[in-house]
Amino acid sequence: MNRIEVLFSTKKKNILSIYFTSGFPDLNDTKTIIKHLDNSGVDMIEIGMPFSDPVADGPVIQRSSEKALQNGISLSLLFNQLSQAREITDLPLIIMGYINPVFKYGMENFLLKCREMSIDGVIIPDLPPEEYLKSYATLFKKYGVINIFLISPQTTDERITYIDSIAEGFLYIVSTSATTGSVNHFDKAQIDYFKRIKALNLKNPSLIGFGISDEVSFHKACEYANGAIIGSAFIRALEENGPSIDNINQFVRKIRD
Amino acid sequence: MNETFIADKDGYYGDFGGAFIPEMLRQNVESLRAVYHDVIESAEFKKEFNMLLTDYAGRPSPLFLAKRLSKKYGARIYLKREDLNHTGSHKINNTIGQILLAKKMGKTRIIAETGAGQHGVATATVCALMGLECVVYMGETDMIRQEPNVKRMEFLGARVVAAKSGNKTLKDATNEALRDWICNPENTFYIIGSVVGPHPYPDIVTKFQSVISEELLYQLKAKEGVGNPDYIIACVGGGSNAAGIFYHYINRKNVKLIGVEAAGEGIKTGRTAATITVGDAGIIHGSKTILMQNEDGQITEPYSISAGLDYPGVGPLHAWLSKTGRARYMNATDTEALTAAYELTRLEGIIPALESAHALAVLGKLSFKETDLVVVNISGRGDKDMLAYTDAKKLFP
Ligand SMILES: Cc1ncc(COP(=O)(O)O)c(C=O)c1O
Repeated sequence: MNRIEVLFSTKKKNILSIYFTSGFPDLNDTKTIIKHLDNSGVDMIEIGMPFSDPVADGPVIQRSSEKALQNGISLSLLFNQLSQAREITDLPLIIMGYINPVFKYGMENFLLKCREMSIDGVIIPDLPPEEYLKSYATLFKKYGVINIFLISPQTTDERITYIDSIAEGFLYIVSTSATTGSVNHFDKAQIDYFKRIKALNLKNPSLIGFGISDEVSFHKACEYANGAIIGSAFIRALEENGPSIDNINQFVRKIRD
Repeated sequence: MNETFIADKDGYYGDFGGAFIPEMLRQNVESLRAVYHDVIESAEFKKEFNMLLTDYAGRPSPLFLAKRLSKKYGARIYLKREDLNHTGSHKINNTIGQILLAKKMGKTRIIAETGAGQHGVATATVCALMGLECVVYMGETDMIRQEPNVKRMEFLGARVVAAKSGNKTLKDATNEALRDWICNPENTFYIIGSVVGPHPYPDIVTKFQSVISEELLYQLKAKEGVGNPDYIIACVGGGSNAAGIFYHYINRKNVKLIGVEAAGEGIKTGRTAATITVGDAGIIHGSKTILMQNEDGQITEPYSISAGLDYPGVGPLHAWLSKTGRARYMNATDTEALTAAYELTRLEGIIPALESAHALAVLGKLSFKETDLVVVNISGRGDKDMLAYTDAKKLFP
């Protein structure tokens, strides 16, 4: 069974998934960060593959992506860095990034590499379900990689149900109409939106992401989903204090408290 | 190969097009897709659109026989005078159409990206006309080199927001506009300025710009007694003025369609925006098309002296016109464009936009027969480019 499915079948609550940008702060920090995150007790790791034009991202991830690209990260280099990842972690690993670098690399090559590196899933925000089904679904199946779909506050109930019907792994609930990193304390409209999704009794588990920045927003999100995803806040911690074991442990412990 | 050149239901022109958008934009794009066809085809819309094109924008734009230019290049060369439209370029055709769509959909806030500032001005103009809030994203580099247009937008009541990532040009402004749209999904309509972006934008913008070739059909008939010219030449940034002047001739296979991209300092220098010449297939701003990228699929920063052509992608229609061979894509360097602008100015008393000057710059690269009928789209006027023209004095005799 895919590690994402194992995770959600054994743990139902307070799942913490952390996103970081590969190649940041330094080019070769990828493995170190994975190792420390594993140590710190997170449940899942999302490895960002930087893109020159990240339209769904706010300033923090834009900045880390730009720096990582300046550092020299590329998809092939990322796969090199990940070649020993399974020696340091058994957590589900997800690659997150934009469609163009994957398209250029070749989707089949990309998925083949994912399987080789034991990557469990991918999140490509600008690959919508329609284009996925039309061109890539069979390839994902062939290589046993799960494609994670997003739900946004504008997504209608009908479409949420539809996406749930074709989804595997979990649903990525985008908490707010915003790019990544906008800090927020959930307002009533967001809570209503989380409740609306919960009431649909979907077959897939779900994680809430975008704007989860601290223990308050994490625990709030966990009331309405199986857990949450933190990205920009973690990148900010890396910017400030670097990828040391202490910094990462402290960051994760604080969220969990 | 599929040679219909009309977007299919998913927005594909052959291999290119589609809607590669994150779920956060889905509802916006889908609600537009669901209504645009019926709205545009409705009698009510057509009536208002045509009234505004005529009484507000000043259409039809004249078709002018450029005698001295013709003599120089040994052909009968006509200029389609989009530079004479209200606000000074073809961009107004599209913004009038899209603002009517926006109003029909009950949107109250308008956003746009702009390169040369012509689309920004055209958007700010229709927003003033309709009393709608307007925010225009513009690369910081472009705000400097097209400063007169920044002033115009602001005087028209728009807020101009500087895009500060990348080369601070059109691509970066488009990224910011898309981010704004993600953050403001309910009240905001995004008026895209070219035949780019996710479906249905390329189709919408093409249709609104097709008024250019619709007029050309009857204007040529009246002046020359024939329906078809031998050549149609237009510059290509995203490709909207080219799509507009090609549109009614796409299935008239004996009309040679020529798009001209900006070579910048030269296609081999790495300082270029000649997307179709140096690029390959990929996905940018929601559309599968041809784009400039490195071997890792990172989009490369384009360069051209012309802010309106300084874009690393091209509309999916043009990617397909190129792949099928139906249209030919040439390019012109900064210097060639500047020289062509000077030449038109001195031969015909028309100062073209730097963008349009690229189209003129290939006249000397084609071999015409004396009897050839050639139409060049003068997509805009050069008022905004006087700084560049003054700086280039040493190039001119
Ligand atoms: C006068 C003029 N022509 C052409 C263009 C390029 O756009 P497109 O290729 O969409 O016509 C611009 C864009 O700013 C422009 O201002």
